[in-house]
Amino acid sequence: MDSLVNYIYILSGALFILSLKWMNSPASARRGVFAGEAGMLLAIGGTLINHHQNWEWILAAFFIGTAVGVPIAYIMPMTAVPQRTAMSHACGALAAALVGTAEFYQRQPHADTELRGFVMVALVIETLLGFLTFTGSLMAMGKLQEILPSRPITYRNQNLINGVLFAIALGLGVRLVMVPTDTILFPIFAGLSLIFGVLLILPIGGADMPTVIALLNSYAGLSACAMGFALNNHLLVIAGALDGSSGLILSIIMCKAMNRSFTNVLFGAFGQLQVSAAKTEQRSYRSASAEEAAAVLEASSSVIIVPGYGLAVAQAQHKIRDLFDSLMKRGIDVKFAIHPVAGRMPGHMNVLLAEADIPYDRLIEMDDINGEFPQCDVALVIGANDVTNPAARTDKSSPIYGMPILDVDRARTVMVIKRSMSPGFAGIDNDLYYMDKTLMLFGDAKAFVSEIVKELPARVGA
Amino acid sequence: MASNLEIGLMVFMLATFVGLEVIRKVSPLLHTPLMSLTNAISAISVVGAILIISNEEATTLSKVLGFIAITAAVTNIVSGFLITDRMLKMFKKREGKR
Repeated sequence: MDSLVNYIYILSGALFILSLKWMNSPASARRGVFAGEAGMLLAIGGTLINHHQNWEWILAAFFIGTAVGVPIAYIMPMTAVPQRTAMSHACGALAAALVGTAEFYQRQPHADTELRGFVMVALVIETLLGFLTFTGSLMAMGKLQEILPSRPITYRNQNLINGVLFAIALGLGVRLVMVPTDTILFPIFAGLSLIFGVLLILPIGGADMPTVIALLNSYAGLSACAMGFALNNHLLVIAGALDGSSGLILSIIMCKAMNRSFTNVLFGAFGQLQVSAAKTEQRSYRSASAEEAAAVLEASSSVIIVPGYGLAVAQAQHKIRDLFDSLMKRGIDVKFAIHPVAGRMPGHMNVLLAEADIPYDRLIEMDDINGEFPQCDVALVIGANDVTNPAARTDKSSPIYGMPILDVDRARTVMVIKRSMSPGFAGIDNDLYYMDKTLMLFGDAKAFVSEIVKELPARVGA
Repeated sequence: MASNLEIGLMVFMLATFVGLEVIRKVSPLLHTPLMSLTNAISAISVVGAILIISNEEATTLSKVLGFIAITAAVTNIVSGFLITDRMLKMFKKREGKR
């Protein structure tokens, strides 16, 4: 029977790989989800063949997990997907950490044979990563949900304190590897890991969330991977490694899109830069009404819409769909320019716009659309700021210098929907707003877009 | 004969490279569903939790911890796969019916 289970695990591992492979295009992606589900069912079913003692506990846990999971999947609005993702990183990491803890205590009677060498190393890594990802993800979730302030929270010697704490946790971990029977140390070790997770995320601001979420994703995967080493189960190693490498790639993409390094994201506290940039004097800009904006849009033949996190906050995606429809009906070419870090997690804008039924071949990535701005009549910026700031290209003293941006300033006319002239998250003034060809449209994104849409049909009838 | 650790590291190395290659090809369009999918897959730790709880020597502590772990992992599996599918259903190439 044991070898049957191993064959099932091999099949399950292959399905997981296929599942991720099929995610390469929207056409095959749903097949990918199906493959993942099949792999998971096989893995669970295969495990239960030989391990169903205390089945009533297992069954009850499955029941509760399903009862909680189904509503989450169907009720969660798409704007809240980053929070949900952070929450599930927390759940996954918690599961890994608790299994590691249980293993540690359960194997104590045979510590001299079963908690030796690399098994204990794996258990320590599993619990360390598991617990710190658990609290770290809860913090990220709190910040995304705005239960906690999304601005970075900093204090003196923050990096030093965090570093010392991490070193102590690591030291305890090493000590546990050498003397696994030192059970008194384990709760302290676990506690420090939990605290470290909180401290690690405190100084990270909302705009850095895409990188952090991807990084936490990677940690959660590596934690499951370490569990695989501890239990000598290769399926766990494979699935954990897939998740770990996925999170790693996504966080590298996010870092590149902000022209920053990992260390800078984790220890840099981006929001601190606001002090130096806040010295802006009054500069003149032009503003326009919805009616004027509608007239400009109507006279154009191509429009590129640049969505940002403000769109998600205002829940404006469905109104934008109305605008999209209305312009397309007039024969105006409308595209969306998607910056990799727009939103609060990788790909966030795409999901929001897809939810509003905007066809995905209209959602264009930064590198592909930047060449189109000079030929475009109107660039309409909705809720995006730093990713459109031309200072990133030209001003060496700007904190965002070198960050790849959308070349919105090269469009013939620029319109920006914004609540007020206050600077964006990073606290950097945006030169785009003061250009002669820029029209500022002040108001809530959702309300303003619907006003523009209202103005449009009126003109056709007139 | 290779030890458990050596085989494990070999599997880890290969799986990481496969993961890096496969994920690199995923369209940025789908990065959000990708993350919720990998999330569901990494809830494979449910297997470890089942092994803990069904062990003959399982103490009350391991049963309780295992129980919480299975609950958390199953929540991830169920909500992860379902929400990924829900997101992917929304990606349409052409004007669909509203």
